[in-house]
Amino acid sequence: MEPHVLSNLITAALAILLAAALLRARRDPLWRGAGRELARRRPIAVSVVALYVLIAGLDSIAWVDGHAPGAKAESGTLQGQARSVIDRLFPADFQERSYSAPLATHELYGEEPLLHPGKHLLGTNMIGQDVLHLTLKGARVALVIGGLTSAIVIPLALLVGVSAGWVGGRLDDAVFFVMSTLASMPTLLLLIALIMALGTGTTQVCLALGITGWVGLARLVRAETFKIRELDYVQAARVLGTSELRIVWRHVVPNLMHLVLITFALLFSGLVLSEVMLSWLGIGIDGSWGRMIDQARSELSREPVIWWNLLASSTALFILILAVNQVADAVRDVLDPRTALEAL
Amino acid sequence: MIAYVLRRLVYGFATVLGVLLFLFFLFFLYASPEDIARRAIGEKAPPAAIEQWIANHGYDRPLVWNPEDPTDSLLVEHFRRMLTFDFGRSDADDVPIRQRLAEGAGPSLALMVPLFLFELLVSVTLGLFVATFRETYIDRAGVAICVFAMSVSILLYIIGGQYLVGRVLNWFPVSGWDASPSVIARFLALPVIVGVLASFGEQVRFYRTVFVEETARDYVRTARAKGCGDARVMWRHVLPNAMIPILTQVVVAIPFLFTGSILLESFFGIPGLGSMTVDAIQGNDFATLRVMVFIGSLLFILAQIATDVLYTLADPRVRLE
Amino acid sequence: MSEARARARELVLEVRDLSTSFPIDGARRRVVDRVSLEVAAGETLALVGESGCGKSVTALSAMRLVPKPGLVESGTIRIGGKDVRTLPVTEMRRVRGNDVSMIFQEPMTSLNPVQTCGAQVVEGIRLHHRVSNAEARRQAGALFSQVGIPDAEARLDAYPHQLSGGMRQRVMIAMALASRPRLLIADEPTTALDVTIQAQILELLRSLQRDLGMAILLITHDVGIVNELADRVAVMYAGRIAEEGPRRDVLGAPRHPYTQGLLRSLPGRAAPGERLEEIPGVVPPPSQWPSGCRFSNRCPIAFEPCDSIEPERTAVSAVHGVWCHAVARDLGASEP
Ligand SMILES: Nc1ncnc2c1ncn2[C@@H]1O[C@H](COP(=O)(O)OP(=O)(O)OP(=O)(O)O)[C@@H](O)[C@H]1O
Ligand SMILES: [Mg+2]
Repeated sequence: MEPHVLSNLITAALAILLAAALLRARRDPLWRGAGRELARRRPIAVSVVALYVLIAGLDSIAWVDGHAPGAKAESGTLQGQARSVIDRLFPADFQERSYSAPLATHELYGEEPLLHPGKHLLGTNMIGQDVLHLTLKGARVALVIGGLTSAIVIPLALLVGVSAGWVGGRLDDAVFFVMSTLASMPTLLLLIALIMALGTGTTQVCLALGITGWVGLARLVRAETFKIRELDYVQAARVLGTSELRIVWRHVVPNLMHLVLITFALLFSGLVLSEVMLSWLGIGIDGSWGRMIDQARSELSREPVIWWNLLASSTALFILILAVNQVADAVRDVLDPRTALEAL
Repeated sequence: MIAYVLRRLVYGFATVLGVLLFLFFLFFLYASPEDIARRAIGEKAPPAAIEQWIANHGYDRPLVWNPEDPTDSLLVEHFRRMLTFDFGRSDADDVPIRQRLAEGAGPSLALMVPLFLFELLVSVTLGLFVATFRETYIDRAGVAICVFAMSVSILLYIIGGQYLVGRVLNWFPVSGWDASPSVIARFLALPVIVGVLASFGEQVRFYRTVFVEETARDYVRTARAKGCGDARVMWRHVLPNAMIPILTQVVVAIPFLFTGSILLESFFGIPGLGSMTVDAIQGNDFATLRVMVFIGSLLFILAQIATDVLYTLADPRVRLE
Repeated sequence: MSEARARARELVLEVRDLSTSFPIDGARRRVVDRVSLEVAAGETLALVGESGCGKSVTALSAMRLVPKPGLVESGTIRIGGKDVRTLPVTEMRRVRGNDVSMIFQEPMTSLNPVQTCGAQVVEGIRLHHRVSNAEARRQAGALFSQVGIPDAEARLDAYPHQLSGGMRQRVMIAMALASRPRLLIADEPTTALDVTIQAQILELLRSLQRDLGMAILLITHDVGIVNELADRVAVMYAGRIAEEGPRRDVLGAPRHPYTQGLLRSLPGRAAPGERLEEIPGVVPPPSQWPSGCRFSNRCPIAFEPCDSIEPERTAVSAVHGVWCHAVARDLGASEP
């Protein structure tokens, strides 16, 4: 399957999942109240996150322009390549030969006139790509990092944590040993080692981030499952002979969702920032803001200083992380009654 | 207590073995010696060259089980080298890794110990300060600044620090290394400042939460009722009671004192173990990387046992058994 | 107590129209509303009321220790003549532990768990007196003996968790006595203890008061304790004082329907065979306090003005006051 078709399918599936989750949450008064409280406390941060999600979503829907019969191939050679909605906001051949400053009419070096003078709001990079365009596309990469990794971390941590906490005994001992082994390795070193062994690439990096990231959540889940297992109504359900799996699914997992959501929110910004570090070490993901920051590093020592690449990518990164951090804090306050009480 | 520590040491040793097994899986089974050779000398290297490389680096043994000599396999060799702290040679340039470690530990410690102490001092003091003014605009502003600072990537602190201090203001050397005591501080100043800046947001917020939680306790009210002032309450009552979370936080950092800061060292040209790690990444030097991970987790495990022992000093209620 | 003495008596604590508020359910609510109290030197005033009626907040306001979102909104508080609300911070620190000490309900958590009991008492002494560490420690040992801690010297080095609840409360009391305060505020000092220990601690307070001439503001919801210890009683309901006067008057001839209900619900009070009466309903949370008389929605004799107009103090006698429209009506009707 062509990559862009796969991407479209996944985006559609995620959109449906998100809609379904929101609809379900709306029906549950607890979650609805939490959602309303979240929007009340952090309206701006929530909208910013939503905006990034929207941009990433639009950038994930792509299609190839069909050959209109008889039409001449355009001068740009992008014919046959899939272009996303975000790409289509820009002209197809929106590329210069080299650096140019924001809104410049000529190249930075050599004074050659640009193909699109005055059109590059944030200038162009070393190979003439529009920086604004690249920055917008970075949103998708960042969300893929956070999303794909979470898609590894959350099910894994739930599976391991719940089974260890519910079954206990030998299984729990084994799980505990594996977790303490993984946790004993310094995170960044482990991450590097994993990527060196697995190789670079989006999936590999996310897998490595997932392997280093699941232990924390699994520990929380395990401890919480221990507690839930001892609750009266759970014990009662066991006595009544309800099947264990059913109890876990109906009583344990729903009571862990707030933990999962809090951890997801807190984890997310850490993941994106980790990728930035990995980019700097040369083992990051193509097209990420980390890559742009990494490239921009040497540009600051040029004369004249090339600042737009760094500014655009780091601002986009900063705003996302700040918004996510604020949302994460609010989510924790809203969902975790202990800290919520403390905040009184 | 002694029995407890012994038990912890045994479990810790088991964890170390687990780490070694994990590393073996990752670097010998998943990424086979052939893969490693190919990455080291190039994807398109002739098979003969690859075999030569494998032989030169001692990877030409049976992986797990050698029917002729059970002690002669990569698995056994891997465990033997690590557990005897022999470590073998670098995959990249054949230098004994032990020698590298010995050279790099000094600069890493020289950077990390002051960084660590400053960080601790700054974040505990600021945390106490903000917690003293909890529920006021000082507190809210402090938390907002922390979240702000946390949201900036450490790379930007480094890039910004280098640019501003080194190029615009010309205060310190931007990077470089000279270990003679008279000038070493000049090379360390900027990385230490950048390191503190990059971490204080998260740290201050953490300590604030700890202190605020502690300030709500009844004994704090008692202390106030007998006439303690704010500062005395915070330093003499709240701080000692917060020692357990602080210790936990501090001890987690100890392995990094030795393994160094990967980002700071390579950015500022400090030839410590962090730079060594970066070289290992760039040179596909798997042998060195394995050793770094191993040492990191070894130190972490020892530090954790030390924390538990320290807990008994920090809190008379803690009994180890 | 003769009236002449009452007029001449020296007040160690004087609270006038104290109002303290907390943000509750999004609005600032006065959980203590225009409360006035007086404690004269050497006497014991018992502040009685059900849980949540604002007793602790009143006491903490007097110490200027109301926890943070809380705020003392109005009123005057004088401790030994000093105006607590306007005192500079450092002066106030000198008042606490010196002029007035406070002991709390939870001896389990009210002591610093990581300091030895001795060190905590020593700190209390040295905060207010320039004495050497060794001297303070000697004094602390003496205080421990005075409050009846056996083997006092050795207990100085014990950590709170190594002592029983009763012993911990004795440590709290020793700490409170460190500067021989003229007023001791005891916030439910025995609630967390079991019955025999309770009796011991009350006996200790009584003997200390006798020996040291200390005044006590005793906060409790246990009318039995009031009977044993108090000279005067103030009954509090939902942030307001309901009735206040000498113990014999308030417990013997209660006028406020709430005090009457409170006394009738006591097991020891009912005649054999008589059913224990309960005040109908429950104490509402501060957000649901009625606007007129706070008790109006549970009061058996409430009439027209009760749920709209707040009652003022009605003097039953020179020393006995009641905040109740019905009492005011009855007295007003009988007097002219
Ligand atoms: N820290 C606080 N934050 C918010 N509200 C508070 C706080 N402390 C007290 N309150 C409110 O003030 C009211 C009175 O509390 P207070 O602790 O004075 O009651 P009390 O009479 O001492 O009860 P108890 O017998 O349970 O100790 C309570 O109903 C509570 O709602
Ligand atoms: Mg109370």
